[in-house]
Amino acid sequence: MRFRFAVFTTRAVNATSRRLGRGRGTVAGGRSGLKVDPQLLQHLTASRRVALVTGTNGKTTTTRLLAVALGAGGAKVVSNETGSNMPPGHVAALAGDRRAALAVLEVDEIYLPRVLAATKATVVVLLNLSRDQLDRTNEVRMVSGHWRAALAAAPHATVVANADDPLVVWAAGAAAQVRWVGAGLRWQLDAVGCPSCEGRIAFDAAGSWACVTGCGFVRPNLLVTLSTGQEGTGGGQSTGGQSTGGQSTGGQSTGAQSTTYDAEWADGRSEPIRLLLPGRFNHSNALMAAVAAEAMGIAIADGLAAMAEVDEVAGRFTTRLVSGVRTRLMLAKNPAGWSELLDLVGKEDGPIVISINARTADGADPSWLWDVPFERLAGRVVVATGDRCRDLSVRLHYAGVAHVMEDDPLAAVRIAHGDHDDGDHDDHDDGERVDVIGNYTAFAELLRASQPARVGS
Amino acid sequence: MTAPLGIAVVYPDLLGTYGDGGNGLILARRAQWRGFEVVLTQAPSDAAVPEADIYCLGGGEDGPQVRAARSLIEDGTLARRAAAGAVVLAVCAGYQIVGKTFPGADGAPHEGVGLLDIATAKGTGPRAVGELVGEVVGEPSDDSPGALGALGALGALPTLTGFENHGGKTTLGPGVTPLARVVHGVGNGDGSGTEGAVSGRVVGTYLHGPLLARNPALADLLLDWALSGEPAGDRVPLVAFDDRAADALREERLAATVGGRRRVGTRRRGRR
Repeated sequence: MRFRFAVFTTRAVNATSRRLGRGRGTVAGGRSGLKVDPQLLQHLTASRRVALVTGTNGKTTTTRLLAVALGAGGAKVVSNETGSNMPPGHVAALAGDRRAALAVLEVDEIYLPRVLAATKATVVVLLNLSRDQLDRTNEVRMVSGHWRAALAAAPHATVVANADDPLVVWAAGAAAQVRWVGAGLRWQLDAVGCPSCEGRIAFDAAGSWACVTGCGFVRPNLLVTLSTGQEGTGGGQSTGGQSTGGQSTGGQSTGAQSTTYDAEWADGRSEPIRLLLPGRFNHSNALMAAVAAEAMGIAIADGLAAMAEVDEVAGRFTTRLVSGVRTRLMLAKNPAGWSELLDLVGKEDGPIVISINARTADGADPSWLWDVPFERLAGRVVVATGDRCRDLSVRLHYAGVAHVMEDDPLAAVRIAHGDHDDGDHDDHDDGERVDVIGNYTAFAELLRASQPARVGS
Repeated sequence: MTAPLGIAVVYPDLLGTYGDGGNGLILARRAQWRGFEVVLTQAPSDAAVPEADIYCLGGGEDGPQVRAARSLIEDGTLARRAAAGAVVLAVCAGYQIVGKTFPGADGAPHEGVGLLDIATAKGTGPRAVGELVGEVVGEPSDDSPGALGALGALGALPTLTGFENHGGKTTLGPGVTPLARVVHGVGNGDGSGTEGAVSGRVVGTYLHGPLLARNPALADLLLDWALSGEPAGDRVPLVAFDDRAADALREERLAATVGGRRRVGTRRRGRR
């Protein structure tokens, strides 16, 4: 009875919240429901098969790709696709669709132990761990340790783990069943201290690693690896994170320098990964999702075929209009995410807007900006904006990147586009596309203020 | 000075979690912009610590911090160079390990490098997380002002601003003076209301931001020390230049803490 009332409450609050225009209401409804029934997450997942996706970067995209892959089998799938990745967001999504037999939940790193215990998940996807919101998470090694303890207590779960990340391997090492994926690790600086013995992890050029102190902690044997090559060369060498980059546009691959991606199994099988989403990191996310989907009964080729249709995830990567200007909106919220994204945008020379906030969901301190190699943007038109544009401006100053600082993100987009502020911003859907990269809340703010671009623009 | 100014960021692979490597970059750029030749080195933990004039140590996690201290003691270069007058700027975990003892992941005390007469123990209360504002301790220049005019000594520095995130409590011994009196925030957390510690040319602090991005006058003082023979000796003139970006950041951060928006340990349990 209490359970039914909790579901009713969750849906009612969400509906009201949406009607009042206070956003999508997922968190408000979920909180109310959990107050009525603290076991609501258990109850809502008791009769479903559940996959959890967590890690510092790529959660939202991988969750979406996995949901799409599972849908390829014809089953109904429910997912917290808005990115509300704590229990209120989970129960809100689950209460909204009682019939779906499968659930794919994006989970905040800190909440994985609690959500795993509540949902008895069948599959847990561990993407990567690196510095992010240190005022909240404190230390990535602590997070890895908490995952490890939680997985040791969850023998029902099959873990799909990125074997190229030692902190992920440390956590997954305690699990009963693991499928090790060589998904790559562009940012290795948070994994140098061995989580097993306090010694030192050494990486080789191909991305393999071992503790040099001799405690025996080494990269496990890979089930499957993401490999990159150039278009026309038919595959390529294994990279393990030494990616040379990705396609240059969301949705349209530009012939000349197009990179190809393949999944290569230890037994010699190979499968091309073709996505509309750009960048090495998205192909890595797709491989993780494909292996997770396989663990839930979907053939790899079928899962990848379904993912190939996805052209945007929560507003990212597609062309959208902001202040009438054609933009490609992207999210990067920590040094690891920025390293991947700079591989993608760093090869172009168009104008770029960077928006940095330090609100609760971003972490209160943007010191991490100094770990990002912004030097690569020198010579571009760069506009610094967001609540913490002064921190960014000082960083760019020392990076030797000439830039303009503008507090208002919408005005920043117009400045980057070269508009004079004449009060007429109706239709600039013609000139150069502006790349706009924000951290969490900065991105969300810009997405809310944007409109879809016309087809063909 | 004829040889280039050597600046080493020590063990960025172990003590690099918090953007503190920026301190080394800032020192290098501020010297280069004034015409000095600089060699900036990122010194990884699997190699010998290089000879340098300024050493920067940053924040790190408990496990890697223990590893860093052990390697620095075995290597010996940092202690030898500091004794010879090299400048050391040590932040957070780096601050703790240049002291006499610090806690490892399990809270047990470990031996530090011993450049500063401080001892750090695991705190019992909530972790100190948030903006910190402090007034730098020390007399204004008691001898001829240095190349930076009034900024020849620590005591003449403007208000210190930074972001702290630590669970350790640091007690200062008689061999050091505090870097600052805390106006907002926690700092050393030993009940003395102080932040950081200084002995000679070794400066330790909990402040991220990074510290020198928000406090360029301190960066110039450290350069002034490194570019002169003795603290009170002949100082090489450092030319002042445009710091509007940093000034705007300082103003914003100081204004943000005045309204009492500071948050201390309100989030999660802390360690170290």
